Amino acid sequence: MEIRIESISKSFGDVRALVDVTFDVNAGELFGLIGPDGGGKTTLFRILTTLMLPDSGNAVVAGYPISDYQAIRRSVGYMPGRFSLYPDLTVEENLKFFASIFGTTVEKNYELIRDIYVQIEPFRDRRAGALSGGMKQKLALCCALIHRPKVLFLDEPTTGVDPVSRKEFWEMLDRLRQDGMAILVSTAYMDEASLCDRVALIHQGKILTTDTPANITVTFGRPLYAIRTSNVYEVTRDIESYAYARTIYPFGEHLHYTDKREKPDPIELEDFLRGKGHHDIELTAIEPTIEDAFMELAETHSQILTQ
Amino acid sequence: MTYSDPIISVDKLTKKFGSFTAVNAISFQVMKGEIFGFLGANGAGKTTAMKILIGISRPTSGTATVAGYDIYKQTEQIKKSIGYMSQRFSLYNDLTIKENIEFFGGIYGLTSRQIREKSDALVEKLGLQDKFNRPISDLPLGWKQKLAFSVALLHDPKIIFLDEPTGGVDPVTRRMFWNMIYEAAYRGVTIFVTTHYMDEAEYCNRVSMMVDGKIEALDSPARLKEKFGVNSMNDVFVRLARNQDKAKVQ
Repeated sequence: MEIRIESISKSFGDVRALVDVTFDVNAGELFGLIGPDGGGKTTLFRILTTLMLPDSGNAVVAGYPISDYQAIRRSVGYMPGRFSLYPDLTVEENLKFFASIFGTTVEKNYELIRDIYVQIEPFRDRRAGALSGGMKQKLALCCALIHRPKVLFLDEPTTGVDPVSRKEFWEMLDRLRQDGMAILVSTAYMDEASLCDRVALIHQGKILTTDTPANITVTFGRPLYAIRTSNVYEVTRDIESYAYARTIYPFGEHLHYTDKREKPDPIELEDFLRGKGHHDIELTAIEPTIEDAFMELAETHSQILTQ
Repeated sequence: MTYSDPIISVDKLTKKFGSFTAVNAISFQVMKGEIFGFLGANGAGKTTAMKILIGISRPTSGTATVAGYDIYKQTEQIKKSIGYMSQRFSLYNDLTIKENIEFFGGIYGLTSRQIREKSDALVEKLGLQDKFNRPISDLPLGWKQKLAFSVALLHDPKIIFLDEPTGGVDPVTRRMFWNMIYEAAYRGVTIFVTTHYMDEAEYCNRVSMMVDGKIEALDSPARLKEKFGVNSMNDVFVRLARNQDKAKVQ
């Protein structure tokens, strides 16, 4: 096991940033920490990379307790959410700099980064600050990998990145995992969960669940319907006045609907909507996505809090 | 619903920085009351084009009117007719909710009485009464974004420009935010929105896809998916941007 987290908690004044967080990440595993901003993702990364101490709890990273910061810093790669390379150094200079502070050379570990570095090599004499968003991200990944870490921490590497660059980035992670590296990656994009081996869903400092993406959607546990309509706004408003409506959310080209009853009556719902003047309704039973599951778990979680 | 009344008309709009053409002769129209998605890869020129349309950057050539005003000569009128919010800049964190509303109301030339009425209605609608005199920094991100959207609508603009309004926001709040967008559109406000969430592209009446300074596709999400023979807007996006990459290599 390359990361073991046991009951980590951390508060900033009144704000409980992390509450009793526990999970493990194995060697060769691509593990996603999935949740919105303000959920505690970055705080956890800072604790695991020894930049911050927890209030309570323990963690072991690459075989060392988090108190052994010197050993951990040599063994892990960390790509923070904010671009943190030297903007005044060129692409090549940044890479050489990071190799030398870890006591290695670019040549020694070039094989590991080659697939990624060839994409930015044409710009090796350009200052890092002048690169596009997607290229900065590739350079940052190269710099985090250049000392061949056992554990790689990537804090929201795809935030604000367009879908094409996001896809490429995940393809790179897939290849690194095959080398046996343990990768902990955080994201606010729920659809990226399906690209991970396992995920932990985090919300308001708490882990809602830890499992494979497939198992998480199974726990959704109630019938879910997709509604297609050309008039999202009015259909949403009318469904809110339907006696059995539990949730109604826009989801891409559909609305996702759950019912208060264990056995919903889709025909009755269609009749109800026709009665309101909606004649172009298409209602289909569907399987939930990770995002449906997250919303359900987060809702249950906040109900427990308010009780 | 059909839309026939253009509120933004863009014709061969071009912006060059030195030898680099950031926006390359783009032409399109946005109709009144429409939710228009303005999509594209990082660095495709979206922000540059948007800055021209909100009257804070001058194009190199081409013409455009926004809410009936010319983007060369009537930028002040444009600014009064539009609302703007982005993920990066929306409200002042050190000011309270009350102070932010007063500040933005004042900037847009509302009277004290109008500001009072508007802020009462807004705070009640969002259920923020007990936080009215607290600094914005105390609010969770999702609430900030909902408040920022309401503040951007304070002066009853005809068009609202939203630059990645929901980045990093939790899934429930993101949907509540879109319900606010739908409601505004239903009242006749035109929505011009950029996003990296491709499910949100589906919420738009029409979307344009910008690749390397040009608009490579513009249609309803349903017709774009049909045209490219794919099931999601994400695949439409990947198709368009990847084709471009291949063309460049060859």
